[in-house]
Amino acid sequence: MRATVTIDIETCKGCVLCVPVCPPRVLVMSEAVNAKGYRYPLLLEGCTGCELCAKVCPDYCFEVYREPLEERRTDSAAVPP
Amino acid sequence: MNQPLAPTPDMRKVFDKPDLLLKTEHSLCPGCGEPIALRLMLELIQELGLRNRTICVAGIGCYTAFPMIMDVDVLQALHGRAPSVATGAKRVRPDAFVFTMQGDGDMVSEGLQEVIHSAARGERFTAVVLNNGVFGETGGHATATTVLGQHTKTTPGGRNLELHGNPIKISELIAQLDGAAYVARASVHTPSSIKLTRQYLHDAFQCQLAGRGFSFVEILTMCPTDWFVPPEAGPGWLADNLKKTYPLGVIKDQEGARG
Amino acid sequence: MSRRVLMEGSCAMAEGALQVGCRFYAGYPITPSTEILEYMAVRMPQVGGVCMNAESEIEAIGMVWGAAGCGVRSMIASTGQGISLMQESFAELANAQIPIVAVNMCRGQGDYFQATRGGGHGDYRFIVLAPASAQEAVDLIQEAFYLADKWRNPVLIMGDFLLAHTSELVEFRPSDELELPPKTWATTGAQGRRGITLSPLGPSEKLSTDLASALGKVTEKHPAIRAAEVRVDSGWVDDADLVVIAFGFPGRFVKYAVRLAREQGLRVGYVRPISLWPFPSAAIAEAAARAKALAVFELNAGQMIEDVQLAALGRVPLHAIGGISQDHSGFGVGPALTVENILGRIRDVYPRAAA
Repeated sequence: MRATVTIDIETCKGCVLCVPVCPPRVLVMSEAVNAKGYRYPLLLEGCTGCELCAKVCPDYCFEVYREPLEERRTDSAAVPP
Repeated sequence: MNQPLAPTPDMRKVFDKPDLLLKTEHSLCPGCGEPIALRLMLELIQELGLRNRTICVAGIGCYTAFPMIMDVDVLQALHGRAPSVATGAKRVRPDAFVFTMQGDGDMVSEGLQEVIHSAARGERFTAVVLNNGVFGETGGHATATTVLGQHTKTTPGGRNLELHGNPIKISELIAQLDGAAYVARASVHTPSSIKLTRQYLHDAFQCQLAGRGFSFVEILTMCPTDWFVPPEAGPGWLADNLKKTYPLGVIKDQEGARG
Repeated sequence: MSRRVLMEGSCAMAEGALQVGCRFYAGYPITPSTEILEYMAVRMPQVGGVCMNAESEIEAIGMVWGAAGCGVRSMIASTGQGISLMQESFAELANAQIPIVAVNMCRGQGDYFQATRGGGHGDYRFIVLAPASAQEAVDLIQEAFYLADKWRNPVLIMGDFLLAHTSELVEFRPSDELELPPKTWATTGAQGRRGITLSPLGPSEKLSTDLASALGKVTEKHPAIRAAEVRVDSGWVDDADLVVIAFGFPGRFVKYAVRLAREQGLRVGYVRPISLWPFPSAAIAEAAARAKALAVFELNAGQMIEDVQLAALGRVPLHAIGGISQDHSGFGVGPALTVENILGRIRDVYPRAAA
């Protein structure tokens, strides 16, 4: 796993803006609802840490974590800085 | 917190809420575009080191809920009146970083005179208008930027040329005034448009810092509640309706509008 | 160093303001206040301040709001119609507790209600002061800035056409005002502290939703202002059978007429409210207790007379001896404003025969 997000599901208002912008399609809306009565996103495996969900979220629910690029690639000499 | 795939120790946090945001909870609707714009403004203020000399002049609209969660000084003005208040503030404190945060109803309906004269005089503050084509806070009424065909409670069945006349393209109007040095229109309905918004805000802020004259950014935002669509349909509605009338881009970028 | 100079009332007031540190003025040309704007346009840059000729009175008061909100002593002047346009901002900046000094160079005296009742919405009050000479106008406008800062409450000076355009000798005395605390409530940039919100809508602390106490602060200070800031001038009241009440420049005419009446053997006195809010009710009540009748001379259809009525509580007959009086200009210097007329009206209502 090279990236992930944390999701503040209690702050989420179920707007679903994050789901369609996720390129690897790893966000799905829950069946359960939070204390406010909204469905919230669940994270599947495959997050790339692209930050798009965080950028479109109106309620600041996401934090994004990523392995630094240099530490991920160890096999190629032609690594872009 | 839902953390089935928790961060591992070798991961770094690359995205967090803005430092200047005091609380993530706010009362704006699901799918509202305004908090996205707020995030960008707060990120830029922090990045450019402006926090300690920022005076935000807020208008009246849904975004009036923001001042209490922004860790900068905010001068709350009346509906439409932020540009005149910002004029007074910037004139007596020229070293302050002054920007207005207004909606389309506030700036283009109630306060059109103020922003036009501020731009003409080249007042050195940045005016930001969050344009969702509707008076959101009062529950969905037409403003000067409501687009033709748009249903609101005062344009039932859709804005109609005969009855309601034409919307005002505020960015193009402002750009005609010699005192306006930087005028741009952006949007927050897609990740790439959000990136554009950030760039335009950055350039507008730099315009103020360089003392070039009046700077202006119009940001199209989603208002699914008063567009009467579900939240997830907001971005699509914006693209199909608002953006058609209000094209994105830099409309004016001029050196030395204030000499 | 103080010295006496011959100045038009408007210019004297503007200079007086500058000398106590007023550094922002915004206005819109409107007779008879325009000379203040003209004077400020020349003098403000000379003292390092800012004068704005705004696009309307609504924007002018907005600019004053912005400057004053940043902690700078700020001023605006107009006449009744312009003051009408400013009412929303007046009411709301009072709610935000932003100190400003406003001047109404009235056309006549018909703006008494507007000033003292508040032409805007809500429970705010302006402190209202009415000078009767250029010197008094200078003294009161200088005091006004102090009072506005002290109470975080707007102050309005009631002038008129005569005050604006009469040249008199004035002296600008060095200010002896007491120290005031620094304006920590002003938006100056959040250096070394959390940001604040200066708002008419709620508390200044971020994250707070305590609207009730924020708005309560606005009206809580009214009783203290009422107790501390009454100003009144009176003469010949101790043995007066008739006491005439008037404010502003007409009050000066009344004083002269009362002196003539005394010379003619009539026991007349006068009370000249200098603070219109808070109204000098005690002085009126005292006069009502001793006199046989009261008379009010004001150039309107009857406004201050209601406050006199409230203060006198019907103890003695109350006569309205003024009225709307205009010449062709409409600026309120009509035929009623002569000593002869006032003296005649005094004689008309002077209480005759045995009590």
